[in-house]
Amino acid sequence: MDKFEKLTGIAAPMPLVNIDTDMIIPKQFLKTIKRSGLGVNLFDEMRYDDNGNEIPDFVLNKSQYRDAEILVAGENFGCGSSREHAPWALKDFGIKSVISTSFADIFYNNCFKNGILPIVLPKEAVDVLMKDAEKGSNARMTVDLENQTVTSSDGESFSFELDSFKKHCLMNGLDDIGLTMEKATAIEALKLRQHRRAPGCDPLRL
Amino acid sequence: MSPKTLYDKIWDAHVAHEADDGTCLLYIDRHLVHEVTSPQAFEGLRMAGRSVRAPDKTIAVPDHNVPTTPGREDPKNMTEDSAIQVAALDKNAKDFGIHYYPVSDVRQGIVHIVGPEQGWTLPGMTVVCGDSHTATHGAFGALAHGIGTSEVEHVLATQTLIQRKGKNMKVEITGKLSPGVTAKDITLSVIGKTGTAGGTGYVIEYCGEAIRDLSMEGRMTVCNMAIEGGARAGLIAPDEKTFEYVKGRPHAPKAAQWEAALAWWKTLFSDEDAHWDKVVTIKGEDIAPVVTWGTSPEDVLPITAEVPSADSFDGGKVGAAQRSLDYMGLTPGQKLSDIEIDTVFIGSCTNGRIEDLRAAAEILKGKKIAVKRAMVVPGSGLVRAQAEEEGLADIFKEAGFEWRLAGCSMCLAMNPDQLAPGERCAATSNRNFEGRQGRGGRTHLMSPAMAAAAAITGKLTDVREMM
Repeated sequence: MDKFEKLTGIAAPMPLVNIDTDMIIPKQFLKTIKRSGLGVNLFDEMRYDDNGNEIPDFVLNKSQYRDAEILVAGENFGCGSSREHAPWALKDFGIKSVISTSFADIFYNNCFKNGILPIVLPKEAVDVLMKDAEKGSNARMTVDLENQTVTSSDGESFSFELDSFKKHCLMNGLDDIGLTMEKATAIEALKLRQHRRAPGCDPLRL
Repeated sequence: MSPKTLYDKIWDAHVAHEADDGTCLLYIDRHLVHEVTSPQAFEGLRMAGRSVRAPDKTIAVPDHNVPTTPGREDPKNMTEDSAIQVAALDKNAKDFGIHYYPVSDVRQGIVHIVGPEQGWTLPGMTVVCGDSHTATHGAFGALAHGIGTSEVEHVLATQTLIQRKGKNMKVEITGKLSPGVTAKDITLSVIGKTGTAGGTGYVIEYCGEAIRDLSMEGRMTVCNMAIEGGARAGLIAPDEKTFEYVKGRPHAPKAAQWEAALAWWKTLFSDEDAHWDKVVTIKGEDIAPVVTWGTSPEDVLPITAEVPSADSFDGGKVGAAQRSLDYMGLTPGQKLSDIEIDTVFIGSCTNGRIEDLRAAAEILKGKKIAVKRAMVVPGSGLVRAQAEEEGLADIFKEAGFEWRLAGCSMCLAMNPDQLAPGERCAATSNRNFEGRQGRGGRTHLMSPAMAAAAAITGKLTDVREMM
């Protein structure tokens, strides 16, 4: 996985609340057996008309936001389906960080597995950054993971919270599975404890 | 020992390792797998030369994109991309030696209906699946939630999940439900009250007399939509109804093992003085048959209400409400019971069980539909067979419903069962998002009885008028 350290880039404003994963990547694009190539269909039904032509008003179709790397979004971003295709599509488009007042739990976790940093900030801070994002490509925001800050193009800075394990994995591009496998003894012990408690619920391959 | 909630108890029993910062490694008892969110996970295992750690605890079934029309055992009758995903699941199940119910098996169905039906889902377990409606299994007092594909790969490889503990939320439904009010009305009403982010960061335990009075099917409907309220998982403490439902299922414990399991399951309840981070109480008598009017599951109103105006919402939601009204083609002030319906869909992991089909058939008996099309998609091959045996299939067919094979179907419209732009549907499923049932399609969520009533009159209808 790519390491995430510091990012300075264009932020696109999407003030709509409850942007769900069906909006981020509609189901007709879930029929892939790959992780890549979904960026072109990111926000497909908001981004293209029935004939597949771009809808000029949609934020990511505007020339100043085509290279956006950050989204500033309304509350409860990523609600709905657990599809990891949502962060895959964001990543494939080039989005590396999403800022909102709140995220749905599953989407939030899925982001970290793909090197995307979701940032939760209070409403006042998101309002300031939303205004900043509306300035277009001249306004570049900076996300500094190590210091846990977002800085607007005017130099106004906001600190965000993040759990230390997620930060560590993201900064070092670590693969969770490898880390977990180092704890094999603890997993085996728990499995046996489970088995003793209710043997019929736990078909061990002995 | 300090008092614990049911969630605390299940959680504590499954923590294999806890890091200093509170990040836990949670042991997983059952991993359910379907064709859409698993191919990349199996590919990841192959690329890293890893195997499935606990194939005996891993159960796969294709459900999301399979056609629900006859002849689907032949891949030629599937769209090419669906056939590729189903073939990939066939191969992955075989290569990695996991339990599998192919489309040709009568036990095939929606993963969240198959799990309980086959006795894979048991009280006190941790259950995960790459699907947000895994919350369904919480009806058994199992900690069950959806995960992403990277997490699917993690569980396949390690039988654990990296998690931080959520907060405890109690949703109590007191007293009795009125006639015509069902589990679906409970779960939608809770979301209407708390909002789609009201449960974010929490695990919900549903309790109270109205919940205890529900059948297991009804409890699954309630827990199923915990995710629409923002909670990853919903729980209901197991009781005699739960044990009765589980006993004798193919993968439930037997004989002495049953007794041992039962002894443990009977300890699975929230202690009286347990701490709750949030409590919501609703009187059962206050719940009416409800429908959704907008494009978020929190857009819930009693069927007797009128379409709201965007101005009636709080600041941040005015824009979203106006967008919903425009998308749904509704006018503020219009009576909900005047909204005309084109299509009726009965099915899904929310309402595709036998009790749901009975409730709909009860209303439909001897009547004809007044909508353009109506379909019933049973949640599993076994539900379908039982409904045929009980004569429900004949009632549906005589009323003018299509009688389909099991699958997710028009709930998420990944298979050919889709709405056309502007087509308005009364659906028993769980999401009314823009485009969910097909691009431009308009979804109103409701109970099976309410959907049946709408099928007969051709508009949203108060089922109590037909009882």
